[in-house]
Amino acid sequence: MSLVGPLLLATFLFCVGIYGVIARRNAVLVLMSVELMLNAVNINLVAFQNLLFPAEAAVSGHLFALFIIAVAAAEVGVGLAIVLNLFRTRATVNVDDVDLMRW
Amino acid sequence: MLIDWVAIAPEIALTITALIVLGADLSLRGEAKQLVNPLAVVGTLVAIGFTLYLWGDERSTFAGQFVINDYAVLFKLLFLGSLLAILGISWRFFAEGRYFQGEYYFLLLTSFIGMLLLPSARDLILLFIALETVSIPAFVMAGLRKRDLYSSEAAMKFFLIGVLSVALMLFGMSMVYGFTGTTELAGIAEAVGEGESVPLLLASVMLIFVGFGFKISAVPFHFWAPDTYAGSPMPVAAMLAVASKAAGFAGLIAVAFIAFEPLADVWAPVLGVLAIVTMTVGNLFALQQRDVIRLLAYSSVAQAGYILVPFGLAQSGHLAVNDAAIQAVLFYLVAYAVMNIGAFGVAIAVNRRTGMRSISDYAGLSQRSPLLALAFTTFLISLGGAPPTVGLWAKYWILRAVAVDITPFGIALAVFLIINSVIAFFYYLRVIRTMWMDDAPAGLPALQPGFNLSVVVVVLMFGTVLLGVLPGLAGNFADVVTLAGG
Repeated sequence: MSLVGPLLLATFLFCVGIYGVIARRNAVLVLMSVELMLNAVNINLVAFQNLLFPAEAAVSGHLFALFIIAVAAAEVGVGLAIVLNLFRTRATVNVDDVDLMRW
Repeated sequence: MLIDWVAIAPEIALTITALIVLGADLSLRGEAKQLVNPLAVVGTLVAIGFTLYLWGDERSTFAGQFVINDYAVLFKLLFLGSLLAILGISWRFFAEGRYFQGEYYFLLLTSFIGMLLLPSARDLILLFIALETVSIPAFVMAGLRKRDLYSSEAAMKFFLIGVLSVALMLFGMSMVYGFTGTTELAGIAEAVGEGESVPLLLASVMLIFVGFGFKISAVPFHFWAPDTYAGSPMPVAAMLAVASKAAGFAGLIAVAFIAFEPLADVWAPVLGVLAIVTMTVGNLFALQQRDVIRLLAYSSVAQAGYILVPFGLAQSGHLAVNDAAIQAVLFYLVAYAVMNIGAFGVAIAVNRRTGMRSISDYAGLSQRSPLLALAFTTFLISLGGAPPTVGLWAKYWILRAVAVDITPFGIALAVFLIINSVIAFFYYLRVIRTMWMDDAPAGLPALQPGFNLSVVVVVLMFGTVLLGVLPGLAGNFADVVTLAGG
């Protein structure tokens, strides 16, 4: 299997994620876009491991991907808690409305 | 695989302390909840004991992913010392606020476990895990005052920029893995040194620097810093400004000087320019601040710029320059921790009960509390870098690193460093003038900083002056550090 397919997919997902972070104003959607970026990283790692370095004894690519999945779950947990708290205090999850402090 | 338990003893001690703190918070009620603070202090002292035992030792465990050498031990002592000071300035603040004491101390200790791992990590995976262990509790701590609008806003901004920069960093790491086939820093250095430096690899390196640039609040990624410092509880701001920044530098040293050392000729100019921009922008924004915490926040951005200067000097394969650069960073971080935690301590003392935080509220502090005013003056002068304080020597060490191998770019960095120090004095001295020359408004309650906070502030004040008079105390330690590698 060629490496081009997985890498293209990963790059596409990563770009979609970046676009989402920049364009979306809803905090939950921004969070989802970041998750897309993290999944692009996982595809990268697994593709490299399987197609480029299948003989590597430490399987560090697969391990790295597993760790990223676990940490991403923790990040989302904390992030949703913060968003929920923000919604309770301000009744909005729009990141543009969160502007009490400037400069 | 055999695990060298002695090598990870400080981390284990801190982990057990964190769990005990969490359990104690569950079982204690009401006023007794304050006891979690002394518990955390005892655990920290135990961890310091284990770390001191490791001094002068060379160990390596987890298949070389985790190493102990003098460099790592020095960083760990810096973190644990900061933890002690932050615990000291936190006690009254959280005991009186009555919010989530047990949770706060648990999160604080967890965050510091990640910091202890960072200078020892010799693998991209461990670096990433350690960095996230520092960050994720910090996100929660920033939003700890749940009903405070500013606190939730601080947490929100911190979190969004944090996860974005981590995602960028991870993408860079995955590309580096694709190029080199390993996640070990030494292995990466070997593979990078042999292969050609393709543009995509260089871009990946820059992406990895983004992640650390966020942690140290270097300029394009500094937007969260002032808002988060101002909105989060003040001891958390002190922790973010000092310990979390030092952790970012520990990671940056590992990545820059071990993994990508062969590419130093490419990244050194980039980080050098970043240093210039960071200090200039930080200082110019600090000039316009009216809130003390925001002033300290922008000043900490500027300080991050100073600490980045030695990175701009790095040369591939030039050991003398690289060692001098690492030593300068380490010495500056020690000095910065001493003076900046102290400054935040005074800000907490003034803020207590009255909630005052703008610079004009510091008018006449010399009459209300001469000790605090003297301490704040010492810290600000030291942040500016004037004798007889440690701040002067910290800048001197950077200039010494510049002088090891004089290049035009190094001279440019030194010139910007000096110009910016002068600009910085303008706003530091403005606060000092307000404290000593202006009269205090009538009818203010007396300042009661509390025993712990006073002890911490006085110790740090003496530390600032003592290290300024006898810089060898910390300098000799830093001199021992020859290489972050191993």
